Amino acid sequence: MNGIASTTALTALLGLIAAWLVLGALGLARPNSIRWVARTLFPVGALIALGVAGAGAVALTAHFSAQTAVLPLGLPSLHFHVRLDALSGFFLLLLGIAGAGISVFAAGYFRAGEGTAPGMMGLQYHLFLASMALVILADDAYMFMVAWETMALSSYFLVVTQHRLPEIRRAGFLYLLMAHVGALGILLCFGVLQGGSWLMTFDAMRGATLAPAWASAAFVLALLGFGAKAGLVPLHVWLPEAHPAAPSPVSAMMSGLMLKVAVYGMLRVSWDLLHAGPWWWGLLTLGVGLGTAMYGAIFAAVQTDMKRLLAYSSIENIGLIFAGIGLALLCRSFDMRLLAALALAAALIHSFNHALFKSLLFLATGSVMHATGERSLGKLGGLIRYMPWVAGLALIGSLAIAGLPPLNGFVSEWLLLQAFLQTPQIPHAFLNMIVPLGAAIVSLTAALAGYVMVKFYGVVFLGQPRERALEQAHPAGWLERTGLSWLALGCVLVGVFPQVALDVVGRITGQLVGATVQRGPSPWWMTPLASNQASYSGLWLWAGLVLVVAATFVLVRRFYHGRVRRTPAWDCGYRWQTPRMQDSAEGFGQPIRHLFGPVFRMQRELPLPSDPQPQYRVQIEEHFWHALYLPLSRFVLRTAERVTILQGGRLATYLLYSFLTLILLLVWVL
Amino acid sequence: MSATAYAWQVGECLLAIALAPLFAGWVGQCRAWLQNRSAPPLWQPYRVLRKLFHKDVALATHASWLFRSAPYVVFATMVVAAAIIPSVTTDLPLARVADAIALVGVFATGRVFMSLAAMDVGTAFGSMGARREMMIGFLTEPALLMVLFSAFMAFGSTALPRVVEVVLRQPHIMLHPSLFFAAVAFVMVLLAENARLPVDNPTTHLELTMIHESMTLEYSGRHLALIEWAAWLKLFNYACIGFTLFMPWGIALHGAGPGLLALAIGALIAKLVVAGAALALLESITAKLRLFRAPEFLTMAFLLAVLGLLVHLLLEV
Repeated sequence: MNGIASTTALTALLGLIAAWLVLGALGLARPNSIRWVARTLFPVGALIALGVAGAGAVALTAHFSAQTAVLPLGLPSLHFHVRLDALSGFFLLLLGIAGAGISVFAAGYFRAGEGTAPGMMGLQYHLFLASMALVILADDAYMFMVAWETMALSSYFLVVTQHRLPEIRRAGFLYLLMAHVGALGILLCFGVLQGGSWLMTFDAMRGATLAPAWASAAFVLALLGFGAKAGLVPLHVWLPEAHPAAPSPVSAMMSGLMLKVAVYGMLRVSWDLLHAGPWWWGLLTLGVGLGTAMYGAIFAAVQTDMKRLLAYSSIENIGLIFAGIGLALLCRSFDMRLLAALALAAALIHSFNHALFKSLLFLATGSVMHATGERSLGKLGGLIRYMPWVAGLALIGSLAIAGLPPLNGFVSEWLLLQAFLQTPQIPHAFLNMIVPLGAAIVSLTAALAGYVMVKFYGVVFLGQPRERALEQAHPAGWLERTGLSWLALGCVLVGVFPQVALDVVGRITGQLVGATVQRGPSPWWMTPLASNQASYSGLWLWAGLVLVVAATFVLVRRFYHGRVRRTPAWDCGYRWQTPRMQDSAEGFGQPIRHLFGPVFRMQRELPLPSDPQPQYRVQIEEHFWHALYLPLSRFVLRTAERVTILQGGRLATYLLYSFLTLILLLVWVL
Repeated sequence: MSATAYAWQVGECLLAIALAPLFAGWVGQCRAWLQNRSAPPLWQPYRVLRKLFHKDVALATHASWLFRSAPYVVFATMVVAAAIIPSVTTDLPLARVADAIALVGVFATGRVFMSLAAMDVGTAFGSMGARREMMIGFLTEPALLMVLFSAFMAFGSTALPRVVEVVLRQPHIMLHPSLFFAAVAFVMVLLAENARLPVDNPTTHLELTMIHESMTLEYSGRHLALIEWAAWLKLFNYACIGFTLFMPWGIALHGAGPGLLALAIGALIAKLVVAGAALALLESITAKLRLFRAPEFLTMAFLLAVLGLLVHLLLEV
């Protein structure tokens, strides 16, 4: 009975993915009709996404056993293998739930006359979704790479939707380049993993025994490959360029979903295909993750473009997820299974949370851009009065991403901190002192994320409009609001019932680590460790806050009054204030620029006090560009120039090359 | 959990709400004495509250719903925190809603709402205060977390009632040198988090030096009353967290009778009297730091807490 349910889940999934592809193709029937492609096909795509989420959820039920199938596709002797287990089920659930919200939003978002024809964009969009699902389902390296490349290419075309703008073409090229550097790493990693058997199925890789050095090589290659896709520092440079360039629903998909597919790949290789390795794997991943988290948070705080700010914030969150994975790997190498399960659970729940709130925020920026035509934080402000729905829902997303209780972002950060609290038990005299300090970085990052989100939300939605035109901003349509509400609901539900999330990821940690973090005996609290060590209850916290707010409100009205007199803002009696006197995005980032000065490559032009028309300009770049990437590209160009000497364009020289080669080969053979 | 436990839960919450202004009044009185001024009466904060509640709210024309609801939310976070901290008894049904780490998160929620509200009216001082407050916030959180880490190492739990039980059953734990470092770091964090000297001056009238106060400039009437009350509650809560972690004597354990509970209230008041006087003394002998010196102060707190952690790992395990 159970077997039937699970095989149906896999079949249904394949059918749903095929339906996405059909949907994309249907868009080509009337490629220029927004009505047909966006308003009709995208909502159907959202329903399919819900189906995918449902099928993924089946894989997370208690008695599900992994299901495999071989598809009659691919090369003659290399058929596609697919497999559905708890890990892939979880990421399909994430893909489906966030994807449904994004698709509904996109149905209301796309307008005619924006770059690529709608039909083409619909095809790319659904191909992108389907390829992500196929990466997650793949059970052999061949299919994995095919789906992975499809994902990279379809998202590349989505990024360059507005290909008439040169900076967008440049961002797209950078993305494509980094995607292929990453893919190369993954390909080499699979090459190492097959261990001489030349069998490309994941089953064979699981069974292969690798020499420790080769296993380490595979691990480092996987970290490079998936890290490049996920945006680990220093391979993150494409992310703040490509995410803002894409249309907002695509940014949401890339940030919310595609980065999670990279996380999935990392988990699949490091936990499923590779066996437990030395402790430095974990320390390396942890270090890179924490560094990425802090780097992303610091750079997010000084951005002046709202989508770039969110892109850097994605880097930060990916860093936290990889820190969780690294901590789990570290604990696994010392065979501390429960602790490994706790850290891994934190990483998985954070992946899910990030998919929800980052999609929500990227979509909200899309609504803002459509309503105002502005992306720069310096020209926004006060939108809470003109777009109340978007502002309210974005508030939920901002609070969630800032890691504030009782929303979902807090849950995963709390679990991660609880895991760090246990690290002094690591039986290694040096690690048990250095690893706990990672918790300080996690909390610094979380607090910086709060700073970033106050800046983002405060500058975009609060205050007074910085431009006159903003007063004409119109609220978002109902489809956009539905998509946003769906994602915000997810943020609230995971925050209120973190126990359920812990149960769900427990199936995965059971599969990968062999241990499960229990939610604790009580239905109300979550006590992942011993019941008297630590506890948290999102539901009671919500109840308490709502109750106190309501009681205070009623009591104040009952015993005093509710009179309100509207007056101009006081501002300490200064009468000539204008909206331009509010903090700009640059101004709000000033403490960060001051405190973390050496991290930035900063060029500043300060006006003199006597300037009649003072102008202030600050430009912030990353050191990595000038210290790493530009020298690298110069080196490649120089080498290429040297090599062109060989290619003089004279036929006689080329014939000489062939002749010499033949002679050399003859000498070698003889 | 018995009905009396729930009664105590509500009672402790109300006690905190009632005592917080008194504590603030006591600190103000001590400061005045130390500075040779004639002191305001102890119940001055209650008078302030009464006056503010009676006044009309003068609301800026373009203030949104966020500005109007933030005082209630900030007040609620502090009340919920007060319900979770075992200041009088450990027999609190709701204490398990959040452990010490989650409590830090609850405080952060209050801070973020306060900062957002400050940015809502769109004045220069409001957003300046928000930015400074968030800066102090992200500097204190790592230090506070390291303090909790040291405490966790010593007591084996981040659940505050459990900490109290552990210490009261094995008092010699308090002799650990790591806890001394943690306590000093905690006091520094307390000063910064509650906008006290040397990081911020709660009684300043100079807008450009303000942090917390500049966020409340646009508030008036009942909204201002709630915000002031919340700030006093925050100080009270931090003091109670300090008592729980570093001097829990007097707190009634699970199953204590009414006599012990009365004693516990007495002990709490005695501790508050001492702590308030100490706080006033500390504030009277330090000068306010320049804003960008505050990070050094808080880095110092962080390093002390880390030192505590290392001392624990090297000497006490």
